[in-house]
Amino acid sequence: MAQNISKQDVQKVAKLGRLQLSDDEIEQFTGQLGSILEYVEKMNELDTSNVEPLAHCLPVNNIFRPDEINESLCSEKTLANAPDCEGEFFKVPKILDESSA
Amino acid sequence: MSAELLNLSCSQLKAQIISKKTTSLQAVNAVLQAIEKIEPVVGAYISIFKEHAIAQAKNIDEKIASGKEIGLLAGVPIAVKDNMCTVFGATTCASGILKNFHAPYNASVVEKLIAADAVIIGKTNLDEFAMGSSTENSGLKKTVNPWDTNRVPGGSSGGSAAAVAARLCFGALGSDTGGSIRQPASLCGVVGLKPTYGRVSRYGLVAYGSSLDQIGPLTRTVQDAALFMNVIAGHDCKDSTSISQSIMPVPDYLDKLDEPVKPLKIGIVSQLNAGAESLVQKAINDSLELYKKLGAALVEVKMPHFDYAIAAYYMIATAEASSNLARYDGVHYGYRTADPKDYIEVYSKSRAEAFGQEVKRRIMLGTYVLSAGYYDAYYLKALKVRNLIRSDFVKAFENCDCLMMPVSPMTAFRIGEKTADPLQMYLADVYTIAANLAGIPAISIPCGFDDNNLPVGLQILAPAFTEDKLLRIARMHEVNTEFHLKKPKLIQ
Repeated sequence: MAQNISKQDVQKVAKLGRLQLSDDEIEQFTGQLGSILEYVEKMNELDTSNVEPLAHCLPVNNIFRPDEINESLCSEKTLANAPDCEGEFFKVPKILDESSA
Repeated sequence: MSAELLNLSCSQLKAQIISKKTTSLQAVNAVLQAIEKIEPVVGAYISIFKEHAIAQAKNIDEKIASGKEIGLLAGVPIAVKDNMCTVFGATTCASGILKNFHAPYNASVVEKLIAADAVIIGKTNLDEFAMGSSTENSGLKKTVNPWDTNRVPGGSSGGSAAAVAARLCFGALGSDTGGSIRQPASLCGVVGLKPTYGRVSRYGLVAYGSSLDQIGPLTRTVQDAALFMNVIAGHDCKDSTSISQSIMPVPDYLDKLDEPVKPLKIGIVSQLNAGAESLVQKAINDSLELYKKLGAALVEVKMPHFDYAIAAYYMIATAEASSNLARYDGVHYGYRTADPKDYIEVYSKSRAEAFGQEVKRRIMLGTYVLSAGYYDAYYLKALKVRNLIRSDFVKAFENCDCLMMPVSPMTAFRIGEKTADPLQMYLADVYTIAANLAGIPAISIPCGFDDNNLPVGLQILAPAFTEDKLLRIARMHEVNTEFHLKKPKLIQ
């Protein structure tokens, strides 16, 4: 199974998780995640080849309701906590640069 | 006078308010005075709603004076963990990323508390996003254990447990993903109930591990826990994981509370109890002896997969957390970094600057186990182990009505004692995690003290949707002991 996690793995995961970590944090997490994953390996002592995965414990599956229009949050309330907004929109820095315009 | 008032349970206070021996305003003022005196030491609250609570209390007193119908928590001052949305005050999750977040709606449980005429006095501290077992991961403030201020209150609902123990409210709501209600209840000497997954609506509870999270009460008596359940249990169309009334009707939890369960068969797992500190073991054994005297039979049961619960839990919970916490993007709400150089930095710098270390660690772990190449080995494997653990419980409950074991292997530990090694902190959850993986209800009740006068909790676990019976079993212990009446020195 997977060997202990490398510094490169941690850097890749930080990018996937959208966390800009410092070099110190990368270093620290490499060690800590490594020891946690090593502990978790103990699950491999169990033969689970005939066991179904259990995602949740409820005795129900699909929940349906009539497709009706209900009251929802107005845009004023929705935007009230936004770090930046303009009119009825959330505002973010430019996504496309000039060359791709 | 006010000290006497503060020692009442919710049920007793409610009776006094309804019979006009006291008023909700007097109760609120007594709590606010206690907060002024004790809160600077304990640090249980993130927000306190002084004016709001006084106005609310006056309203309720007027309602009673004019003979109007009054709710189940008539004028009782209570607290809510700060990961449940309220339209009044902030909802911070003790995180820098939500420090200034004002929810646009109330959580369903908050609506239910208000409808029951409870007075919400404030919102309590927690480990950031409920991730931790000591409340030391709060990004906003420090909470200490009222029994020994050099020690942790437990976590993640440490603020709620400390507030209830220190008489800074009469009861509180917490949330429990891997023990976050029961473990702080145990460490602070109060009652903490994690209901069955699906029994209480999670709408408006800030999500951590969605297949494991459940809201429940922290109170000073089992009777109060039953009273709270009468208020908060039930289906909610806004939470599709809450169980409908037709599949699983909600009983009246107070109805037969004082009827002992007879015959009662208690399952014990000897090898498990042996893992706890000796004085914790002793308190548990004393409780089992008490139940035997009350006519219960003890049966040895096997939980062959219990040992794997922590491993499975930290895969499943972190995977769900990494996905749930993707919503903190610096765009829709919450903290945004001051000067992002591009849109990617809006995400990655905002998150890096505002999340604490434990939250980052769990996002990293969860992202890793869900990433290509590792999904089957870690996440899928954990879901299969989860099924084995649930089967252990199903088999165990064929031979007994409930299981009893410690809540925590140790009493309250010193602040800073376990922060250096995250894995050591995770291992402290050994007794509580399995109930979340299996979705079953479990309660922590005060059952003794160690030689440092620190409280010990007894955990009772029962089959899904049998909270009524679970509470009756716990109540048998309560009416025959006085542990729940002891108070920390700090407030004597």
